[in-house]
Amino acid sequence: MMILRTLNQGPMHGYAIAKRIQDWSKGELEIEDGSLYPALNRMLTKGWLKAEWGETQNNRKARFYQLTPTGKKQLEAESTAFNKMIRAIQLVMRTS
Amino acid sequence: MLWRNFLQRDRVDEEWREEMEAHLQMLIDSFLEHGLTPDEARHAALKRAGNLTTRREEIYRMNGIQWVDSISGDIRYAARGLRKNLSFTAVAVLTLGLGIGANTAVFSVVNSVLLKPLAFPRSEELVDLAQVAPGAGGILSSRGLGLSPSMYFTYTEQNSSFQSMGVWTSSYVTVTGLTEPEQVFANWISDGLLQALAAQPEIGRLLAPADQVPGSNESVLLTYGYWQRRFGGDRSVIGRKIFVDARPREIVGVMPAGFRIADTPADLILPLRLDRSHAILAGFYLRAIGRVKPGVSVEQANADIARLIPIWMRSWPSIEGGHTGDALAEKVYRSWRIGPNVRPLRENVVGNVRSVLWVVMGTLGMVMLIACANVANLLMVRVDARQSELAVRAALGAGWGRIVRQLLIESMLLGAVGGTLGLAIAYGGLRLLVRNGPSNLPRLSEIGLDSHALVFTSVVTLLSALFFGLIPALRYAGPHVSLALRDGSRTTSPGRSRHRARNTLVIVQVSLALVLLISAGLMIRTFQAMRSVSMGFEQPAALETFRAVIPRELVPNEEQATRMEQAIAEKVAALPGVTAVGFSNALPMDGAPPMWDGILTEGQSYAHDRPPMRLYLNVSPGLFSSLGSKIKAGRDLTWTDIYGDRKFVLVSENLARELWGSADAAIGKRVRSTEIGAWREVVGVVEDVRHSGAQEPAPAVVYWPIFGQIPWAPVTAATRSVVFSVRTDRAGTSALLNELRRAVWSVNAQLAVANPETMRETVDRSMARTSFTLVMLAIAGAMALVLGFVGIYGVIAYAVSQRTREIGIRIALGAEPRDVRKVFVRQGLGLCGIGIVIGLAAAALLTRVMKSLLFGVPPVDPVTFAAVPVTLLLATLAACYLPARRASAVDPADCMRAE
Repeated sequence: MMILRTLNQGPMHGYAIAKRIQDWSKGELEIEDGSLYPALNRMLTKGWLKAEWGETQNNRKARFYQLTPTGKKQLEAESTAFNKMIRAIQLVMRTS
Repeated sequence: MLWRNFLQRDRVDEEWREEMEAHLQMLIDSFLEHGLTPDEARHAALKRAGNLTTRREEIYRMNGIQWVDSISGDIRYAARGLRKNLSFTAVAVLTLGLGIGANTAVFSVVNSVLLKPLAFPRSEELVDLAQVAPGAGGILSSRGLGLSPSMYFTYTEQNSSFQSMGVWTSSYVTVTGLTEPEQVFANWISDGLLQALAAQPEIGRLLAPADQVPGSNESVLLTYGYWQRRFGGDRSVIGRKIFVDARPREIVGVMPAGFRIADTPADLILPLRLDRSHAILAGFYLRAIGRVKPGVSVEQANADIARLIPIWMRSWPSIEGGHTGDALAEKVYRSWRIGPNVRPLRENVVGNVRSVLWVVMGTLGMVMLIACANVANLLMVRVDARQSELAVRAALGAGWGRIVRQLLIESMLLGAVGGTLGLAIAYGGLRLLVRNGPSNLPRLSEIGLDSHALVFTSVVTLLSALFFGLIPALRYAGPHVSLALRDGSRTTSPGRSRHRARNTLVIVQVSLALVLLISAGLMIRTFQAMRSVSMGFEQPAALETFRAVIPRELVPNEEQATRMEQAIAEKVAALPGVTAVGFSNALPMDGAPPMWDGILTEGQSYAHDRPPMRLYLNVSPGLFSSLGSKIKAGRDLTWTDIYGDRKFVLVSENLARELWGSADAAIGKRVRSTEIGAWREVVGVVEDVRHSGAQEPAPAVVYWPIFGQIPWAPVTAATRSVVFSVRTDRAGTSALLNELRRAVWSVNAQLAVANPETMRETVDRSMARTSFTLVMLAIAGAMALVLGFVGIYGVIAYAVSQRTREIGIRIALGAEPRDVRKVFVRQGLGLCGIGIVIGLAAAALLTRVMKSLLFGVPPVDPVTFAAVPVTLLLATLAACYLPARRASAVDPADCMRAE
């Protein structure tokens, strides 16, 4: 979901996604950059993303990922579900 | 699932590798920016990224399909194994290829001939409208009783089950007005026939009801083949006139390619023009085809015709100008017990080749079984050699299902390669068959590989691969694999149980081979019997025959027509090398429609029963001396007898014996063909001639003069379509043929020579079914013998190789090479013996199926049943002796050293 969220702002290549997630989590999440790629592959096969080769600002070849309409829908669905869950947890935490 | 990910996995993987590489570089760049040294940066980047190779593998697996992956691995492994062992692979693939090829070819034939619907629209509605008449005797053809024109009128007007129906008959006609006069084959059709077949013309139009009206303009349809051959496919032929039997006819249409009525190929289609006003009860020369109304069954159609038969009997006169409801005629026809025999048209077209084809199909199925047994045997030998490999795999944790799968995949691969080869063989074989096949095989031109045949091949391949693959797989990959590590040690001779499966296969092979060889042997004996039968004529290879027709339009006078035929005979007799010439309306086996009628002898009363039907032939003087048929008593006819209208007749020897006890007693006796006909004196008795082929007994024949009063009516007529029999050593040469043509044209330039053929060719054609079956069975038998030989050789050779050490020890201990050889030869002969016993029992049962194909030999023919096992035993002896000799040549020292 984090990846989808990241890509919601526009096409991005793998390194940038990893960096963005790291920045957001302020280093709290210690994940290897490599684990990003199996996740990307899965979302590609599911049709949530599409990928295109392009050039970065430093003139390196990289693959840019972009949300497809299905991907956008998926993101919405997941964020609603996530928000619901968070709210539920908050409710439970508050009442106890 | 993205197919690209799966199918181009290596490319996709390469992309991921590039991408990750780029990612890594970017990481390094960013660390460099933070001021790290290149080495440190690289280090940090690798740490940050984690194990990228593992990730790639993860993605790779994610994109794959587990079982496809592992199976394709197995296939690659199997292919490597097969490539490495080329001689094994070659033998196995060749065996399978031959087996599958032969089966595919025969299946294609069976499929095209027996199973595929006819090439007419909604052909399942088409029926052959034949009739049975058990009381009619010899008037029946193999198809039963034909229709008479009056039957056609009754049936077509009063039936309630046909959309349309029509009748037809065939004959040779002479076409003039093009280049040289030519005899062609024509179908004469009534109205309703083309409608029933739902035929459409290629160009022009079909025959319309108006074309059938007697006296209207004469029209003709061309078939596609004739149109191409004579007119080069010229579309402007419509409206042109050609002369058919000296009568001008307008070409109104051309039929499409492949069109034929039932299975009768023809050049021209002509209107039959049946004339109602002349129709009488008799004249059963027409064949009929109907298209039943939708939903009407064959039984209903039969019932419908059965209802119409009595109506027909009362609706028509028995002689022209007579009155209907003739009590005598009705009595006669009632005694015939005419009944309908409506059958699907396809059955009629296929006719009697059904049994032949199924026998051939069955035999080749057996060959396939033998081939499979052989390959299974080879595979077992191979798996045997890999015992330890399999045992190690099992020990390393491969489940036995996994090992069975591996072995099965190997045999499937073999099967696939063999099947492909088989398809190629079948394709070639079919091309050969279509070119050289027996011309009387119906629908020959339709034979070819089609999707059904391909499905059949795949199924056969799959099943046989399963069959020959499962036997070794289950034997060796079973739960006892671990035993193999022990049993496979090289110092002991293998246990008896290991041989059982292989021995069983050899026994099966031998017994199947025996059955096939016996079938082939029976056909050979049949062929011999047919060749050695006395046909009633001599040296068929030195007898040239050809037909000529003198149309009424050309020579209206009957006697003139006969004199013209006599002139032709005399011209031909004057040709160099010609020793005798005669002619008749039909020669033995030439397929001309026979004429049958009863014969009444003087002094015999026929008040209660009709005399049996006899074959009537019109013969010229000199016919018998040209054929080489002996006059047993009395004399031949002379031209003086014929033109002098002397009431003479000749009979066949068997008829003379039947009626008067002996040939000599027949001379001078008097007979007549009808109660009102004149008495005729028997002046000669002719040796029996097998007119219907070697397989049929010689019919009783009445030889009527070629010209004079015809048997069934007080009418004097010539025989206008005659076939000449020319005795000459030059028979079959094109030089003779040219001279014959010139001789015929010198008499009249409008006449054509039709169907030139030597009598040998005619006889061979009549035996085509037997020779076709013979060739197919001989091929199958030869294949079975070779495969059986290879099978026995393989088993014994393998046994020898397994027991080399034992033999070495035996020899070291003083066994004679002879004794060693004996051990193996005895083993082989023992297997063969069991196989022969089983095979003989099976053959005794199975050859009964072939009974209809045999002639002159009983299904359990002692000669065949003795000779074939001996042959097999000899082959086995040879197959055993080769490896046995190798065994006895084992040097004990060598074999000990090898340990």
